[in-house]
Amino acid sequence: MSEKIKDYRGEALKSADFKEGRVPTEKCRPKAKFAWSAGIAIGRFLEELKKGKIIASTCSKCGRIMVPPRIYCENCFKPTDGWKYVKDTGTINTYSVSYLAADASRLKEPILVAIIDLDGASKNMGLIHKLGEVDKDEIKFGMKVKAVWKPKEERVGAITDIKYFKPIKEATP
Amino acid sequence: MFGKKRVAIVGAGLTLFRRRLKETGKELSYEASKMALDAAGMELRDMQSVVLGTAPDAFDGVHMKGEYLADGAGAYRKPYTRVFVGGGTGVFTPLAGWWHVASGQFDSCLVVAEEKMSSCYPHPQYAFTTIFDPILERPLGMNLIWIFALEMHRYMHKHGIKKEDIARVSVKNKGNALDHPCAQLGAKITVEDVLNSEVMAWPVQRLDVSPTSDGGAALVLVSEDVAKEITDDPVWIDGAGWCIDSTLWTNRDLYYPDYVECAARMAYKMAGIKNPPKEIDLAEPYDPFDYKELHHMEGLLLCKKGEAPKLTAEGVTQRDGDLPINPSGGLLGVGNPIAAAGLMKVCEIFWQLRGEAGKRQIPGDPRTGLAQAWGDLMQYGSVIVLRR
Ligand SMILES: [Zn+2]
Repeated sequence: MSEKIKDYRGEALKSADFKEGRVPTEKCRPKAKFAWSAGIAIGRFLEELKKGKIIASTCSKCGRIMVPPRIYCENCFKPTDGWKYVKDTGTINTYSVSYLAADASRLKEPILVAIIDLDGASKNMGLIHKLGEVDKDEIKFGMKVKAVWKPKEERVGAITDIKYFKPIKEATP
Repeated sequence: MFGKKRVAIVGAGLTLFRRRLKETGKELSYEASKMALDAAGMELRDMQSVVLGTAPDAFDGVHMKGEYLADGAGAYRKPYTRVFVGGGTGVFTPLAGWWHVASGQFDSCLVVAEEKMSSCYPHPQYAFTTIFDPILERPLGMNLIWIFALEMHRYMHKHGIKKEDIARVSVKNKGNALDHPCAQLGAKITVEDVLNSEVMAWPVQRLDVSPTSDGGAALVLVSEDVAKEITDDPVWIDGAGWCIDSTLWTNRDLYYPDYVECAARMAYKMAGIKNPPKEIDLAEPYDPFDYKELHHMEGLLLCKKGEAPKLTAEGVTQRDGDLPINPSGGLLGVGNPIAAAGLMKVCEIFWQLRGEAGKRQIPGDPRTGLAQAWGDLMQYGSVIVLRR
């Protein structure tokens, strides 16, 4: 605000004024619903998840093994030219302990969420998913994790066919 | 310079920023626009074109928001464009206004930014869940705060930054906002207050975050010829830059915003800036979260990677420091009506360069300032460099 301007406009309302109808309002809940085609690349990805596998697409020009898969390389702007399974194990790139649900309501038990760089994919090819079977204070950057799949008969071809990723216990020699 | 014309800002306007304002979006657009025109000593009939910026339609539930707001933005029977690049909109809007005039097509452009987030209830947060990929991300129950928590944590991990190093930004900006007459959340707080505030999604806590807000902002842009006729005190748009990265935000290392660097380099090249920390007198980087100010200072090449927390601890970024950052109080203090918040930053640079910022005025004789906004899925940067 410039010191030359003395009168700034705007009339603040308290939440109670609004909720209790002390100012005129109109309310509406739109009834639009959506159903998305998963598409060609992600459609294949979901079919493979149903089989308990994670698939990447590859670009022979830049050599990247890409997850999530795509039918074009955004870098080379040419069609991807191969499919390649990657492992269902990976490394925690970054993580958060969330006490917020999608609607910003508060959770007693936090959701553990992470970006996981998958083994067998190119550098920084992360997937966002949840962590489980781990205490929030035990999670570390660089921790090795493995997918925990839903039982075969419960899988429907969705990202949630993976229940979560859990830490891989250090193998005893 | 490809025949580009020089473009001046000659007036700015701003409404109060509040969690909920009685005015509609159209009324807020009008109030800000009228104030900017009055400040420039001009009338709507002097404006040959209008550019409006406003962020997701989902806040309003009106899915033709540009058209809906047009009358309030003074666009009635004029060449008119609505632009939208997520959170980057507020700084991108004057860039779009700039090319309207720089191209030589128009001698003047009214630039307006509006956001009314309060219409979406019980919380505008829920509208943000529709920005995520419907197949791979939304089924996980995504929350907007998650992406910031993941990015902030990665940034902290990469450089070994502590929460208290970041909390200082919130303390500074909320303190600066005490001197801003439009501010929603000006406050005197301590680092401990930030560290003791509610954990939302670790490492993000309540006082690391800017509020949701209603508000409007506007600028009057004119060509060099018009500027010379109407004012002795024009502020020039000397640098413009913008850049977007892929929407596949989990496919890059979030510790550094490459797309902000790309936008900054474009703006610096146009402005002839070789050494940004030396040549820029003050900056308003986008600060919807406290760590974002630091992240963006680094992306803007105002310091080395990982060095912004140190400069903040040393007081360099205070109003009386060597490189004042967010002297307005930023989004953390003034508020965050998304598009209007970005344009508020450009207004602040304009007032600072004209020496009109009152209690917020930085010392010395600032001649070059920068504003930047950021948006979408860790993806978009817009940068403007102003000079007088
Ligand atoms: Zn490629």
